[in-house]
Amino acid sequence: MGKYLIIIVSMVLVNNYPLAQFLGICPFLGVSKDKDSATGMGIAVTFVMVLATAVTWPIQQLLNKFGIGYMQTVVFILVIAALVQLIEMFMKKNMVGLYKSLGVYLPLITTNCAVLGVCISNIDSGLNYLEALFNAFGAGVGFLFAMLLMAGVRSKLEDQSRIPKSFRGVPIVLLAAAIMSLSFMGFGGMFS
Amino acid sequence: MENKNKVSILTNGLIKENPVLVLVLGTCPTLATTTSLVNGFGMGISATAVLICSNIVISLLRKIIPDNVRIPCYITVIAGFVTIVQLIVKAFAPALDESLGLYLPLIVVNCIILGRAEMFANKNSVVDSALDGIGMGLGFTLTLCVMGSIRELIGAGTIAGFPVLSRIMPGMSVMTLVPGGFAVYSFIMAFVHYMTEDKSKIRNSFGCSDCAMQDNCVDGSGCANKEVA
Repeated sequence: MGKYLIIIVSMVLVNNYPLAQFLGICPFLGVSKDKDSATGMGIAVTFVMVLATAVTWPIQQLLNKFGIGYMQTVVFILVIAALVQLIEMFMKKNMVGLYKSLGVYLPLITTNCAVLGVCISNIDSGLNYLEALFNAFGAGVGFLFAMLLMAGVRSKLEDQSRIPKSFRGVPIVLLAAAIMSLSFMGFGGMFS
Repeated sequence: MENKNKVSILTNGLIKENPVLVLVLGTCPTLATTTSLVNGFGMGISATAVLICSNIVISLLRKIIPDNVRIPCYITVIAGFVTIVQLIVKAFAPALDESLGLYLPLIVVNCIILGRAEMFANKNSVVDSALDGIGMGLGFTLTLCVMGSIRELIGAGTIAGFPVLSRIMPGMSVMTLVPGGFAVYSFIMAFVHYMTEDKSKIRNSFGCSDCAMQDNCVDGSGCANKEVA
């Protein structure tokens, strides 16, 4: 059990996707305007990451068996796109409450590089099935964590009048992200 | 007039609609691969190759692809070209493959490529789409090279491996790490804002109203920048 706990903690803090690995920056900057949407997006991403890993990991074994491992990129992105579509349809029909709170974020996730990133990196680093699932879960939680922190920081940036003119808008958000990632570097070497 | 149009398509991507600095697309590879000039250049060229090819093919197929399944079709075309580029880089530039790593297959979800397919290639002629791909690709590559040079110069004191500052001062390695990426991107964007001085153009948010894809946007589904609030 301890091994899986280490995987999760290291994915949340040490290898945090947006803040330490540059994955999922688009939603990290785009949907972090307020806490509610940040939470919704974070939970939806976590959900899709775990499911996508659960599906793509066996598919890769199948591809390897037929000697067409190089088709990884094409197959994975199509599987993820189809999976997101299926989840959306299933939720709409059977889980209306959940659909109402998470549904709007689902279509955005297909083009989120963090999801494809976690699927490919699970394969590349040779994790077994259970490790890969925990890895995906940790990556998702880390993403949610970073989104929430960013939403908190951005709520303090509402008043743009004190910011130099050229830095208003996107640049100041990037600068805040730089300082946040600097503090996350403090977690580096925790599990070396 | 015709020629002038072609030139403007080509130069649009370089400055006026620079995908990274003005449209704020493709941020992940921009930040992740610009640890040095060579890496940034490699990423830029790979993405440009995919962009030009996918623009041409999508423009050729624009009358055949049914409208309601166009996004999956585009993704398939793009993923095919990404795989080709991936194999070429692996075969001829293994060092680059090593340093780009995960970000090479991730070109497939680079918003610039899908964005240009949706915004430009599916309603323009093949030649125009190819020119747009070249222009946008060059704008992307140029920005990556500038960012890569700055980060390499301050971070390691070299440019493309040649020592420049390293004799005078030691490198600040934080610049080649994650925080340096965010900071340099922020400063370059602020510089562009300062140079253009057009206050109306300064973006306060990533909302739909200032989204580059708003002309084609129906309900924002599939859009990474959709305004949710």
